[in-house]
Amino acid sequence: MPWTKILIEKQEPGFDEHAGQDVRKLTFPQALREALDQAMERDDRVFVMGQGVDDPTGMFGTTLDLHKKYGSERVFDTPLSENAMTGVAVGAAIAGLRPVYIHNRPDFLMLAMDQIVNHASKWSYMFGGHVNVPLVIRAVIGRGWGSAAQHSQSLHGLFMHVPGLKLVMPSTAYDAKGLLITSIADNNPVIFIEHRWSYKHEGHVPKELYSIPFGKGVVRRLGKDVTIVGISYMVIEALRVAAELQEKGYDLEVIDLRTLKPLDEQIILNSVKKTGRLIIVDTDWVTGGVTAEIAAIVAEKGFEYLKAPIKRVGWPDVPVPASYVLEEAFYPGAEQIINAVKEIVE
Amino acid sequence: MEHREIPAEALLRLYVVISRIRKVELKIEDLYHKDEMKTPVHLCLGQEAISAGVCANLKETDYVFSNHRSHGHYIAKGGDLNAMIAELYCKETGCSRGRGGSMHLIDTSVGLMGSSSIVGGGIPIAVGAALASVLRRDGRVSVVFFGDGGSEEGVLYESMNFAALKRLPVVFICENNFYSVCSHQSARQVNDDISMRPKAFGIPSCKVDGADAAKVYVKAKEAIENARSRNGPSFLECRAYRWRGHAGVGDKLKAQYRKLDEWKEWMARDPLKELEDALIGKGILTDDKKTEIGQAIDEEIRRAFDFAQNSPLPDKNEVAKYLYA
Repeated sequence: MPWTKILIEKQEPGFDEHAGQDVRKLTFPQALREALDQAMERDDRVFVMGQGVDDPTGMFGTTLDLHKKYGSERVFDTPLSENAMTGVAVGAAIAGLRPVYIHNRPDFLMLAMDQIVNHASKWSYMFGGHVNVPLVIRAVIGRGWGSAAQHSQSLHGLFMHVPGLKLVMPSTAYDAKGLLITSIADNNPVIFIEHRWSYKHEGHVPKELYSIPFGKGVVRRLGKDVTIVGISYMVIEALRVAAELQEKGYDLEVIDLRTLKPLDEQIILNSVKKTGRLIIVDTDWVTGGVTAEIAAIVAEKGFEYLKAPIKRVGWPDVPVPASYVLEEAFYPGAEQIINAVKEIVE
Repeated sequence: MEHREIPAEALLRLYVVISRIRKVELKIEDLYHKDEMKTPVHLCLGQEAISAGVCANLKETDYVFSNHRSHGHYIAKGGDLNAMIAELYCKETGCSRGRGGSMHLIDTSVGLMGSSSIVGGGIPIAVGAALASVLRRDGRVSVVFFGDGGSEEGVLYESMNFAALKRLPVVFICENNFYSVCSHQSARQVNDDISMRPKAFGIPSCKVDGADAAKVYVKAKEAIENARSRNGPSFLECRAYRWRGHAGVGDKLKAQYRKLDEWKEWMARDPLKELEDALIGKGILTDDKKTEIGQAIDEEIRRAFDFAQNSPLPDKNEVAKYLYA
């Protein structure tokens, strides 16, 4: 089978410090494009669909010119019918292909919730394992420039809630490529959510095809005072804070979960056991969301490690506003993380 | 009229399939009160000719996607009867290993790729399977069954647009039985001519008498051949009557929501009886042959229920099994 001989990465060798002869710097979208390219090259069951995947911008560059290489049958534009097109991808997956369906924004996935939640996630279980749905749905979280309430949502908490889905949220170019390869090779529906601000990230990415196991977080920075658990773009924010607070005597450990479903509980618990303090940072609402789930897990399984109440840094319970003044007030960032660190240590 | 276009052998096969569906549904109805089949059943009595007439034109490798009223589709596509009945008994030997129940029948070995109980949910999935068949150039045709209720879902129109855009080998079968639970079509739709809607997408469509197996067979044959020769999708609105209530057995409420005239008119149309009379009239079926067919089916059903009743239940420790592939 096409996917049996991929190099499995053991653990990302440090944050952005990888160097070797077959490694060069790529941006986050370039890494994604390379993953799609190599996946299509390797396996002719893989195809790419989505509104604008073959347009001159190529989905922020992540699909740029793939249609020229693989033809318009395997890389094609879609009508905006998100629900039907998700069903189409599900049907093609049931019939044995490996679709990658790409959306500009997670907000648009709300139009496809019936096919994602009632169909894609259920088809294996509901039919006793007789069929599976090897489907990847990608979407890019927007932020800033007045993108506002319907173009800035993250909404991954909704997907984490649903059994049968897998949920991936990379923060680095290296992970973007490796995790997208794993997603395409996986025999289950995978929701792959990127962050537009991660697209600025540039990192060392191996040329070869490699895959990063699901359910394996990574310690981005070792520390002993406080554990910060994050995903996606918030990992980058947390690392900035960690560097800044180092000078002030706070030694932070930063964990990048990489996938939320499956979730690497052990890496969180191991770290909290060491530091006794946990801050969870997220690109989503805190209420009923991923930070709540992680806090609950630690309360259930690691309560005795805690020296202070868990803190969460995420969105307040309002839609994302447009005005840049209100955006500033809305989005938690370095300042909120620093405050959380100070409070939790004191 | 259409009988003349169909070989005697094919007519006889239609008769056998319709008889099987009829007898299975009646047997379920007969035993349902025992509360051993702990799953909501949606009987297709009165609509059997549609499943039979369509699936008679499909190859085993062709795809069918079904809905909550799935028994007829499953049987007509050739699904294993033991596994179907075992699924109704929620047993591990069921076609979905007791994880699906009556609304989620599947038999991939004959191309029945699953049944969705979200109205309209299977429609785009069937279109996707047709897309796969084009990408792989394997010549398979994909068929989806849905009802008049399904024709109210936006996803149907999204799906028809894409299927027509890519000229996909998919056949849309709308079984219009006039009722969504107890709501009549006239309470839900501004125009009851469902078959005119696909025309907006350039999809050939027509209304078919769904109580007449031969008529369904002829129209389905044309649609399926069209799809197989890459001429794109087709749509059939097959009208037939749901003899029973929406779910469960019998139809206790019928006097409260059905019109008496309509009821009488349609109940006079029995798809099995009409085909049987025609075949006897043509000498294709004799009384002896009829008895022989009936007894064989009865025996098959007896064995299937026996198998189901004596099969093991799923293991409680395996509640999470099959969640991920």
